Amino acid sequence: MNRNKWFILLTGLLIGAFAAILVKMGNPGNMGFCIACFERDIAGTLGLHRAGVVQYMRPEIIGLILGAMFTAMFSGEFKARGGSATLVRFIMGMFMMIGALVFLGCPLRDILRMAGGDYNAVVGFLGFIAGVGGGVYFLKNGFNLGRAEYSHSNVGGYLLPIIFAFFLFLLLKGTIFNPEAGGPLFFSAEGPGSMAAPIGISLGVGLLVGFMAQRTRLCLSGGIRDFILIRDNYLLIGFLGIFVGALVLNIVFGFFKPGFAEQPIAHSMHIWNFLGLFLVGLTATLLGGCPLRQLILSGEGDMDAAAVVVGMIVGAAFCHNFMLAASPAGVGNYGQIACIIGIIVMTWIGFSYREA
Amino acid sequence: MNKLDVRGLSCPVPVLRTKKAIDDGATELLIMGSSQVSKENVSKLAASQGFKVNIKVDHKDLWEMEIKK
Repeated sequence: MNRNKWFILLTGLLIGAFAAILVKMGNPGNMGFCIACFERDIAGTLGLHRAGVVQYMRPEIIGLILGAMFTAMFSGEFKARGGSATLVRFIMGMFMMIGALVFLGCPLRDILRMAGGDYNAVVGFLGFIAGVGGGVYFLKNGFNLGRAEYSHSNVGGYLLPIIFAFFLFLLLKGTIFNPEAGGPLFFSAEGPGSMAAPIGISLGVGLLVGFMAQRTRLCLSGGIRDFILIRDNYLLIGFLGIFVGALVLNIVFGFFKPGFAEQPIAHSMHIWNFLGLFLVGLTATLLGGCPLRQLILSGEGDMDAAAVVVGMIVGAAFCHNFMLAASPAGVGNYGQIACIIGIIVMTWIGFSYREA
Repeated sequence: MNKLDVRGLSCPVPVLRTKKAIDDGATELLIMGSSQVSKENVSKLAASQGFKVNIKVDHKDLWEMEIKK
C-alpha cells in the first residue's frame, strides 16, 4: 500500500470512530454522521417540512462544507465552476434524497448501520452495489451530464458556504424573529431531531472530516464504481476504514447489537431497503459522487454539486410533506411509488444523456 | 499524437474516455483536462496500464499530459 492508501484508510478509520463518538455524545443511534438524515433535519429546522421530530441545524453538515472550503482554498483548488445540466442535477438530488429516506440513511449511514450490527443495512448495501452497477452500465455506454465551465468569478462558489455560515450564526445566536410562531430555526422537542452532540464538537468533527474528505476525495459510490470499472480499490479502502473504525468503537461503547429487529431508526421491509439504496447508488453514480462527496465538492466551488445539495434539502421537505419518507414502522405506499418513479426517471436520464 | 479533451467532465468520465482510447489501441496520447481529481485519476490509470506519464501543463484549473507506452 502506498502513502495515499494509508491516508484514506486513516481517514476512514477516523470518520468511523468520530461517528461512534458523536452517538456516544448525543447523536441518534447509528447516526453519528448521515448526510441525508442531517440535510433532512436542516430542511426541518428551516421550516420547509412539518415533521416535528426531525428538525435541527446539524453543525456536522456546516462543518463539512466549510472544512472542505478552507482546505480547497489553502491547496489552491477552490474554483467556482458549473453549468453541467444544473437543473437535472437538482432534480437528481431530490430523488437521491427520496431513495435515502426510503432506506433511512445515505451510503455513509449504511456503513455505520452495518457497523452497529443492523442487518437491514446489509440488505440496503446489496441494493447500493446493484444501483452503482446500474450507473456503471450507463457510464460505459457513454453517459455524461455535459461539461462544466470554470467561472470568471469565484462568487458563485462561495454562495453555498456563506449561506451555511449564516445558518451557523443563527444557530449560535439563537435569535427568535417571530416570538409567536418560532423561527427562523425550528427545533425538535423529541425524536431524532432532539438528539444531538454538543454544537462545538459536532462542528469541529465536521470541519476535520471536511478537510480529510477533501484531500482524499473520499466517495462511497465512487469506491464501488471504481472497483467495478477499473479494479481500483483506493476509494474502497476508505469505505472499509469507516466500517472498521465504527465497528471497533461500537463494540467498546456497547452499541453493537446484531440483528434485523429493534435497530435504531431503521425498518425491516427488505425490498424497500434494497430499492431505496439502489436508487441512491444509481443516482450517485450518474452524478459522479455520493451525498458526502457532493457536500465536499460544493465546498470546493462546484456549483453543480451545490445544486445537488440544495436539491437534496428540498427533496427532504417533499419527502416529509408528501409522506414519502420511511419511519421505523416501514415505508408507506407513497414512498414506495416515489422510489419506483425515481428509478424510472434515473433510467430515463441514464439513457437520454448518452454520448457516442 | 492523438488528442483527448476531457476538460470540464466530472468523474469518472475522464478516466473512462482515456481507458477507451487505450483499449482502442492508442500508444501515444495527449490529454487535456481541468480538475485536479481528474489529473490524479487519469495519470493513475495510465501508469497502471504501463504508460509513461509526462505532465506538460500543470495549473490548478488546467492540465495537459502526454502518455506513452
